Amino acid sequence: MVLLPSSIPQSAAQALPLLKALILLTIAGAAIASRLFSVARFESIIHEFDPWFNFRATKYLVSHDFYSFLDWFDDRTWYPLGRVTGGTLYPGLMVTSALIFHTLKALTLPVDIRNVCVMLAPVFSGLTAYVTYLFTTEMKDEGAGLLAAAFIGIAPGYISRSVAGSYDNEAIAIFLLMLTFYLWIKALKLGSAFWGALTALFYFYMVAAWGGYVFITNIIPLHALVLIIMGRYSNRLYVAYSSWYSLGTLASMQIPFVGFLPIRSSEHMGALGVFGLLQLVGFSQYIRARLPSRQFKVLIMVATVGLLSLGALAVVGLTFTGVIAPWTGRFYSLWDTGYAKIHIPIIASVSEHQPTAWPSFLFDTHMLIWLFPAGVYLLFQKLRDEHVFVIIYAILGSYFAGVMVRLILTLTPVVCVCGAIALSTIFDQYTNLATPETSGEESRDGESNKEESSSSLLNISGLARAPIVGIFSPWSRVVVMGSFLVYLCMFVQHCTWVTSNAYSSPSVVLASQLPDGSTHIIDDFREAYYWLRKNTPEDAKIMSWWDYGYQIGGMADRTTLVDNNTWNNTHIATVGKAMSSREEVSYPILRKHDVDYILVIFGGLIGYSGDDINKFLWMVRIAEGIWPEEVQERNFFTPRGEYRVDEQATPTMRNSMMYKMCYYRFTELFGRQGAVDRVRNQRIPSPTTDSSATPIQLNTVEEAFTSENWIVRIYKVKDLDIFGREHAAAMAFEEGKKRGGRTIRAPPSGGRGKSKARVLRV
Amino acid sequence: MAPKRTPRQAVAKAGAVSSSRSLATESPATSGVSTPAASRIPAVPTAADTSAIVYQAWNSYVADTPRKLKLVDAFMVFLVAVGLIQFVYCILVGNYPFNAFLSGFSITVGQFVLTASLRMQANPNNSSQFEKFTPERAFADFIFGSLVLHFFAYNFIN
Repeated sequence: MVLLPSSIPQSAAQALPLLKALILLTIAGAAIASRLFSVARFESIIHEFDPWFNFRATKYLVSHDFYSFLDWFDDRTWYPLGRVTGGTLYPGLMVTSALIFHTLKALTLPVDIRNVCVMLAPVFSGLTAYVTYLFTTEMKDEGAGLLAAAFIGIAPGYISRSVAGSYDNEAIAIFLLMLTFYLWIKALKLGSAFWGALTALFYFYMVAAWGGYVFITNIIPLHALVLIIMGRYSNRLYVAYSSWYSLGTLASMQIPFVGFLPIRSSEHMGALGVFGLLQLVGFSQYIRARLPSRQFKVLIMVATVGLLSLGALAVVGLTFTGVIAPWTGRFYSLWDTGYAKIHIPIIASVSEHQPTAWPSFLFDTHMLIWLFPAGVYLLFQKLRDEHVFVIIYAILGSYFAGVMVRLILTLTPVVCVCGAIALSTIFDQYTNLATPETSGEESRDGESNKEESSSSLLNISGLARAPIVGIFSPWSRVVVMGSFLVYLCMFVQHCTWVTSNAYSSPSVVLASQLPDGSTHIIDDFREAYYWLRKNTPEDAKIMSWWDYGYQIGGMADRTTLVDNNTWNNTHIATVGKAMSSREEVSYPILRKHDVDYILVIFGGLIGYSGDDINKFLWMVRIAEGIWPEEVQERNFFTPRGEYRVDEQATPTMRNSMMYKMCYYRFTELFGRQGAVDRVRNQRIPSPTTDSSATPIQLNTVEEAFTSENWIVRIYKVKDLDIFGREHAAAMAFEEGKKRGGRTIRAPPSGGRGKSKARVLRV
Repeated sequence: MAPKRTPRQAVAKAGAVSSSRSLATESPATSGVSTPAASRIPAVPTAADTSAIVYQAWNSYVADTPRKLKLVDAFMVFLVAVGLIQFVYCILVGNYPFNAFLSGFSITVGQFVLTASLRMQANPNNSSQFEKFTPERAFADFIFGSLVLHFFAYNFIN
C-alpha cells in the first residue's frame, strides 16, 4: 500500500505481484480474524449440534487408525440399534483435521485436537478467499478477483457456517466447491486432461466432505449440456468433461457412504447422460469433418436423437423397475417446497430447511445482492464459455437459496463473484483516466479499499481498456467512486456487525446482558452434561429429543436413543411419542428402550426460546406420522386453535410427559406473584395463587438434576415398583405415609438451591 | 488390466459405431419426414448408398490419418472390445463381484476417453483448438490421467 502514491507505470508493474500477494494475505487474515469473535468472547469450543458429532468422530479417528474408523460401529447412539458410523458419514472433514493434527505433531508442535477442529473453518475460509480470487480472475481480471476474494472473506452468508468452532462439513466444503469449479473452468479453457483429472481429484475430496457434492455433479453436466445446445461443442469440452466424469465417478464410489449411488440414483443420471451425449457428439463431429455429405449428417442427427430418447426411456424404465433409486425426499423438497411439510415432517422440522425469508438475503450478503444481477448482466454481454457456467450457477444457486435457508451458503460465492465483476467494471470505467485525486482518495480508506486501489493500478499499467461511455467530468467520477467507497465501508461494517451479533454464538454457551451492561455467561448445557458424565453409570441410556443427541454423545459421553443423524424416522417418532403421551403410556416405552434418564430443555425461566416446549409440536407431528390414532396434533391446541401452556392448556397437553417434566415444581420458584413462563409469556397455574390448580405430579420418573437456570432438566426413570404396584398407586401410598411428617421434600440436586438467587439476578 | 465402461456409454458408443449400417433399414421412414434439408436431396438413402458412404469414410480414414493416430485408434478399438466383453459377461453370467466389474468397466471407459482426448490433442488438424499443446504435453496429461484412473480402480476392485 505504501508503494501506491508513487505509482509510475514501470515500478507499479514490478510491484504488482508483491502487492497482490500482500493483499491476498491481508484478505485471508481478515477472513480468519473476523471468524474469531466466538473464541474471543467465549472460549475455544465446538459449537452447536452437528459439530459435536464431527468432533467426536475426529477424536475417534485420532485415537484409532483409519481402517477401524471406516469400520466403526457405534453402539452408543441410536440405542438399541447402533449406527454403522464409518459407513454413514462423509469422512473428509475428520480426515483433514486428523492429517493436520498428525502433521503438526510430526513438526513437534503439540496442538490439542480440539483446537485444530475449532480453527479449521477459519483457516479454510482464508483458502476459500484465495480460490475465489483465482476463479474470478478466470472470469474477468485480477482486480475483480481481489474484490471477490475480499467479499467472500467477510460475507456473512459464508461466515454463518464457518466461524471458529463451527466444525461442520461446510467448513471445508465451500473451499472445495470453489476449487473444483475453478479447476473445471481451467480444464475447459485449456482442454487439458491434466486439469480435468485435477478437477476429478478435488471432486473426490468434495464427495468425501459434503453431501452437497451433488450440486457439482449436476451443475457441470448442465454447463456442458448448455454449451452443446448453444452449438459451442469443442474438443476441449470433450476432453475436460470426459476426463472429469470418468475419473470423478470412479473416485466418488470409493467413499463408503456414497458407494454405488453414482450409477444407481437419479441425482447422478444427468451426468451420465451428458457423458454419453458427449461421446455421441464427439464421434459425429469427427465423422462430419470427414464426410461432407448432407444425407449423412441427417442420418447422424436422426441417430443421435433416437439414441438420446432411447437413453432417456431406459433411465425412466430402470427407475420404475427399481434398478435406479428414485429421487430422495430431501431432493423432492427442493422442487416442491410443500412436499416435506406434508410427507416428511422430520425434514421440515429442521429450521435450516425452511424456505428463506427475503430479508435474510440482504442480511447475509448486504450490498452484493443488488450488485449480483448487474454482474450476471455483464457476464451475458461477453458470454464466453466460462461465463455461461457462472450464469448457470447463479440461476441454480438463487433458486436453491430461495427454497432452503441453509443453501444461501452455496449462493454466497457466486454472489461475491458477480458482485465483484460488477463493481470492478464500474471502477474500470470510472478510473480509466487515472487522475491523481481518485487514486489518492482510494488509498486513504481502510481494508476494503485495497482492492479498488489495485484495480486502478491495473488501469495505470494499461491492463484495462474498457471504453469510456460515461461523462468525462471529474465530478461524475468523484460522485460514483465516492458513493461506492461509502457502500464498501458500509459493507464491511455490516459484515462485522452481523458476524459479531448473529453468527458467533456457540449455542452451547449462552451470553446475556446484565442490567449494568456486563456480559453474563449461561453455561447450563455443559453443567448438565458434565453432571451426566460424573453422576451416571457409564452405560446409562439418555433419552432426549434428537437435537441434543450429538451433544450428549460428545460432552456427556453417554448412550443416546436418537441423535441428529436422522436415518430412522420410526425411532425418532418413538421418542416423540414417549414425550407427548401420558405417563402411563410412556413408561412401557421407556422400559422397553432401557431408558435410564430423560433430558429436557426448558427455557421458561430465563426466556431461552429454543427449548423443548417450542419444539414440542414437531415431536407430536412426527409421532403422529407413525401412530395417527394415539397421538393427535389437534389435541394439543385449545379449542380456539392456540398453542397454550397456561391454565387454558388442553388436558392432553397438561398430561404429556414433556409438559410435566418441563413445569414440574416450576411454580414453587415464584412466590405470591404467580409463575410466568418467560418464553411464551403465559401464566402457569400455581397452587399458591390459584386454589383450583394442583401441583404437577410425576409418578414414573423422578427429578435427578436441574441446571442453574433450569435450562436443562434431567429425570431418572424409576424402576418397576418392588411390590408390583402401579407407580401412581405407590406414589399415593407414599404420600399418605408422609402426611404429617415432612411436607416439603428437599431439593434433589445441589443446583436447585442456587437457582432462586439466579432468578433474581437475571 | 481390467476394461470397462458404464452401461449408457456402451450403448451410446456401440450405437454410434453401428449406426451407419443399421440405419439403412430404418432410414426410409425416418428421413422421409425429417427436415427440409433432407427434402432437397432427391434420393432417400438406401442400403447401397450407406455402404458407399461407409466405404468412402473408410477410404478417407486410411488415406488421411497419420500412422501414430492409427495406433491410438487401434488401442481404442481394443478398449471398446474389452468393455463390450465385460458388459456381455456381466449381463450373461451375472455381476457378482460388482466392485470388480465396475472398476474393470470404469477403466475401459476411462482409458477410452483419455485416449480419445490424447488423440484429439495430438491430432494436427485440431491444433487451432488446443493452443500451446504439444503432443508431448498431451501425452503427459494422458499418463497423469491414467495413473489416477488406475489408482482408484485398483483401490475399488477389492
